[in-house]
Amino acid sequence: MSTVSMTVNGRKVSGECEDRTLLVHFLRDNLHLTGTHVGCDTSQCGACVVHLDGKSVKSCTMLAVQASGSEVTTIEGIAKGQDLHAVQTAFKEHHGLQCGYCTPGMIMTITDMINRHGSDLDEETVREELDGNICRCTGYHNIVKAALDAASKMGAGQQQVAAE
Amino acid sequence: MYETTYRRPTSIDEAVKLLRESDGEGKLMSGGMTLIPTMKARLAMPSALIDLRHIEDLKGISFENGRLRIGGGTTHAETKASETVRQNAPTFSYLAGLIGDPAVRHMGTVGGAVANHDPAADYPAALLAMGATIHTNTREIAADDFFTGMFETALEENEIVTAVSFEPPQAAGWEKFRNPASRYAMAGVFVAKRADGTVGVGVTGAGNNGVFRWTAAEEALSSSFDASALDGLSISPDDMMGDMHGSAGYRANLVKVVTKRAVNAAKG
Repeated sequence: MSTVSMTVNGRKVSGECEDRTLLVHFLRDNLHLTGTHVGCDTSQCGACVVHLDGKSVKSCTMLAVQASGSEVTTIEGIAKGQDLHAVQTAFKEHHGLQCGYCTPGMIMTITDMINRHGSDLDEETVREELDGNICRCTGYHNIVKAALDAASKMGAGQQQVAAE
Repeated sequence: MYETTYRRPTSIDEAVKLLRESDGEGKLMSGGMTLIPTMKARLAMPSALIDLRHIEDLKGISFENGRLRIGGGTTHAETKASETVRQNAPTFSYLAGLIGDPAVRHMGTVGGAVANHDPAADYPAALLAMGATIHTNTREIAADDFFTGMFETALEENEIVTAVSFEPPQAAGWEKFRNPASRYAMAGVFVAKRADGTVGVGVTGAGNNGVFRWTAAEEALSSSFDASALDGLSISPDDMMGDMHGSAGYRANLVKVVTKRAVNAAKG
């Protein structure tokens, strides 16, 4: 057993877990943050994507002890109270989900994508970078639309901030 | 996953010490993008995991004396994002950006990838084609001598890949024919016109004993750097992998097709 300490969604947390405990299980079972999903057992589906120190990672392919000392952001940490994050709003507006199981991972992957590419994000890049996220309902089309819409809105927002 | 013990050294010496103490039962872990899925499937049961992600000496990218050097702990995303890599070896930068998916690229490292020598890994093809050097904590190994077979390398026990380095080629092309589901290379070919004018051709994903150099193609392309130089050549299916995704004969043909595309890409 090890003591694991990290900052999750801005809150300092610590807990005891076995060294073999995966980050996703620490988040779900110890912290009861069940928005991060486990969709496969083979590191392929991306339902478990969270941000580790600002970068998208698969929380099912990382031990909780590896994340000790880091900052983790999960799907629960991106809205501001009742105000959805721009990517969440875009998913709602464009019907980017049906069953919703893959959605937390999709949103965390797309948020990371927009952080890196900004409003330059194009369809080809979105489709290429969704390589590690599987959706069985939507056929991806509306997810791509949501990503591009959120990128243009967030990119415009960033420019506004820069101009002020 | 079987039980294991996690260790987090901050120096190469400390990592080697921890590895020695594990009596051959421990494993070095860099990004863990292969090792953790393997452990989840209970196909590996290391008693100790020695995490290399917090060792500063394994990080960093530099260009000195005409050679690009990439620290073993550099992630694929860092290699892709590096201006130094993009300026000096744009094709290597492009290759790094096509490995796995974004989440994998944020964790996986060049040191981990070469030490693992997955038969469909991307970097080994580039390193062979460019005549790269693999640096370890004890020596320097030519890429030609490093990749000894599928999942096998020249690494000794307690040896850690600290960096890879190479002289940027005059021109290079990388073509990866991906399995549509797994996105791993079914044939990935890196063609490099080296500084001395000779041509290197590294092939991954296809050979039945890991990455290899297609020397007949190298000779033909060294005489005439054009895809048509490959017209009369063929690869023996006996040396190719055959599986549910494609027979050895299919892969033998695929290597030639993909090599031609890589030459065309190199010629821009």
